[in-house]
Amino acid sequence: MIIKRTIDMTRQSDDVIVKTLSRLLIPFIQIYALYVIAHGHYSPGGGFQGGVILGASFILLVITFGLDNALRRMTERLNTILCSLGVFIFAGIGLLCIILGGNYLDYGALDKIFHVGIAQARSLGILGIETGVGIAVMAVMTSIFLDISTGGLPSTKERNQSD
Amino acid sequence: MIWQLDLIFCIFVIICAIAAITIKDLLAAVIILGAYSFFMCLLWTEMGAVDVAFTEASVGAGVGTVLFIAAVSKTKRRSKD
Repeated sequence: MIIKRTIDMTRQSDDVIVKTLSRLLIPFIQIYALYVIAHGHYSPGGGFQGGVILGASFILLVITFGLDNALRRMTERLNTILCSLGVFIFAGIGLLCIILGGNYLDYGALDKIFHVGIAQARSLGILGIETGVGIAVMAVMTSIFLDISTGGLPSTKERNQSD
Repeated sequence: MIWQLDLIFCIFVIICAIAAITIKDLLAAVIILGAYSFFMCLLWTEMGAVDVAFTEASVGAGVGTVLFIAAVSKTKRRSKD
């Protein structure tokens, strides 16, 4: 006997406990993710881990409040833009270092525009890189989850449901 | 570096790995794989690689489990072999 039991992960949850708890939890998860990204220099964590946690908060939003509500807050178009923006920030800071006379990702060269000393410029450069990595990882994780759970066409599914 | 803790976590990791590949219910296998990830995370932490442990906890146990459950929800829950 084959147990035919499909779970639609993108449907809005009916449980009031799940919805209230995730409404309480999502802001704290996002604050924690931003903390992990911002303290990536001198503590465990960094852009990748913070980005994954930020993406997990959005996945929790999709699971509990449904695809329609989640896509209203962050559309697929914005998701794609964020994917490219993260890579652009990473490569842009690296190329800026070449333009200012250093090597690729040599943050010490950023001192010429910030005027804060070479050590502080390196710290700021790492923060910028990790912000870019975090944005890209968050968007890619969300995109992978949406693609798997909707069969590859999140916006089409949204359109069919609203009809 | 406590070798007793290392040994206990290693045994749990091996038990979880064997259970995950032998069980028939795919949803249960995914959850056991999450437990495997958490034990692996504890093992990394115990060995002093906190950054790797953080990645294992967030990617392996957090997002990876959710992605596997999404894949199971799109296919069948029982495996044939």
